[in-house]
Amino acid sequence: MTQQAPLVEMKNIHLAFGGVKAVDDVSVNLFPGEVVGLLGHNGAGKSTLIKVLSGAYKADAGIIYINGERANINNPRDARKYNIETIYQTLALADNLDAAANLFLGRELVNRFGLVDDDAMEAETRKIMGRLNPNFAKFSSPVSALSGGQRQSVAITRAVYFNARILIMDEPTAALGPQETKMVADLIKQLKSEGIGIFLISHDIHDIMNLCDRISVMKNGKLVGTENVADVTDDEILGMIILGKQPQKSRE
Amino acid sequence: MTKPVTSKTAVSEKSDGTFSRFLRATEIDSRLLGMIGALVLIWVGFHLYGKFVNGYGAFLTPRNLWNLSVQTASVAVMATGMVLVIVTRHIDLSVGSILGFCAMSMAIIQVWILPEFLGLGHPMIWVIAVISGLLIGCLIGAFHGYLIAYLGIPAFIVTLGGLLVWRGAAFLLARGETISPVDATFSKLGGGPYGAVGATTSWIIGLVACLAVLGLLWQGRRQRRRFKFPLRPLWAEGFLATVGCGLIIGFVMLVNAYPWPRGIVKKYVSANNIDTPVEQIFISHGFAIPVLILMAVGVLMTILTTRTRFGRYVFAIGGNPDAAELSGINTRWVTVKIFALMGTLSGLAAVIASARLGSATNNLGTLDELYVIAAAVIGGTSFSGGVGTIYGAILGALVMQSLQTGMVLIGFDAAIQQMVVGAVLVSAVWIDTLYRRNSDV
Repeated sequence: MTQQAPLVEMKNIHLAFGGVKAVDDVSVNLFPGEVVGLLGHNGAGKSTLIKVLSGAYKADAGIIYINGERANINNPRDARKYNIETIYQTLALADNLDAAANLFLGRELVNRFGLVDDDAMEAETRKIMGRLNPNFAKFSSPVSALSGGQRQSVAITRAVYFNARILIMDEPTAALGPQETKMVADLIKQLKSEGIGIFLISHDIHDIMNLCDRISVMKNGKLVGTENVADVTDDEILGMIILGKQPQKSRE
Repeated sequence: MTKPVTSKTAVSEKSDGTFSRFLRATEIDSRLLGMIGALVLIWVGFHLYGKFVNGYGAFLTPRNLWNLSVQTASVAVMATGMVLVIVTRHIDLSVGSILGFCAMSMAIIQVWILPEFLGLGHPMIWVIAVISGLLIGCLIGAFHGYLIAYLGIPAFIVTLGGLLVWRGAAFLLARGETISPVDATFSKLGGGPYGAVGATTSWIIGLVACLAVLGLLWQGRRQRRRFKFPLRPLWAEGFLATVGCGLIIGFVMLVNAYPWPRGIVKKYVSANNIDTPVEQIFISHGFAIPVLILMAVGVLMTILTTRTRFGRYVFAIGGNPDAAELSGINTRWVTVKIFALMGTLSGLAAVIASARLGSATNNLGTLDELYVIAAAVIGGTSFSGGVGTIYGAILGALVMQSLQTGMVLIGFDAAIQQMVVGAVLVSAVWIDTLYRRNSDV
């Protein structure tokens, strides 16, 4: 896997808010068809790190390479140009708009007069939702009227529909029931087999062990370490998260 | 709400009252019905009050309703822009002053500057004046938008400053003088007997509008069939078509029922060497030009808000500014465009207001910002952002103007007028809050 250039390489990223170093000299990378789990306590800097990649924040220092080439990501529009899609923890939905409008927000389908084609978007939304969440029925209500799980499926659908090559998932299953959680897991496996690289943030150690190839653990804004999931045990991962302790094996 | 059509779900979900079934089938917004109900109440109320207390019901007459339509135009044009401003959780307090500044600039251009180069009464004078008025409004609005979006100064402060700055600038432009008379063609844009299109043209406009209503209904049905969405029952389509066309034809008949005043007819007769006695000549006003301008603005702004990407982004920003930015929307640039549009519409309102007055005075448009905001809010635009409609704002402006006109007609003091308008504004928002709490949307 190491011969080819990584899909994403974030090198020595620094970002401080006021005096607080939210991300302190962190380097992570991601290969095609790989799922990398980002772990750490609340406030460890995981979400901040991925927001640098998704363009929501601009790093104070550090370089991002996409496919081995230096990338300039200054805002979410730039990130979209590199086919980076993000499912935010907050979901980032416009509550007053319906599911279709949210799904296509920023890339609306238009008819031949350049006018937004709501019916075409709704039809397309019905089709995609039929696959991801067949119980979804409220297509014409604003998403504020949807349940947490339904809102999450809108956010997930939005990220995977537009040919993402790099997918960032910040706690994608937080509001989902067991059945939908399994569907998201299946979705991740399917996307992985299509060669998409995924950064997955989750607190569920079971999810991580099942879905991830590697994990990168952060604590207090610093990177504790990156390990192959196959080489470490649950307890060692917890040790990294809680104590910032390196697992035994990597100390050969 | 992004679309005026509130629901595409199947019609037969629950079998509650006939009225709610009717609403579901026709997909009429119940808030729209409420506003129309309030309007009818105001109109009939003032008419009956005049009839029984003053002995003469002056409200529901072609003359008053025609004047009402003209008086509403200026504030309503600006209210359509204010919807976008408030939907994105901003406010614009400067529209009245921008109106004053644009009106003053246009008057100077057409009275002091252009006649020197083109000669008095040149046919291009009004065109150049109008274009420069719109442009000046657009630039002022864009500048406000820039300060708000890129320098991060709150809209309330920027436009409060604008309210003072542009009123003062309007004074400086002409050292406080009143400039008149405006160009003859320009003054037609403000209405009056010469600023109306007459009976025949009004009928043509009415018929075109009816065809447009039918075309939209047909197009909507075709589109739904294409995507296999549930169709409205045929009786509901028929009902909408009848009511839509009925309202349009009724409006045409109304504006055609208001004849030119005797004095104007006399002038017209002597100018055209007509032998018929003045008493037997009935020349209809027809639609006033400012009303046609308002209709065009209403249609264009509705398309802009509901059917373009820009409009979609405006509502997305209003619903969740962070989400809009994360979705790749350039929220700052959209904000600049919203305020530029608001400025342009203030420039257009300046055309209507100064043309109607026949001159530009330094205090033209004073306090208009408050009426414009009130119209948008009465029309259902929510200060918490993300919700508002163009037709609502126009109806809101009509409600405000109806109240004022009605109180003038029955002889209320100016002081009481102000108190009533203020009280109505607060109650309207209160009722709206109750309505929102009780509906799931």
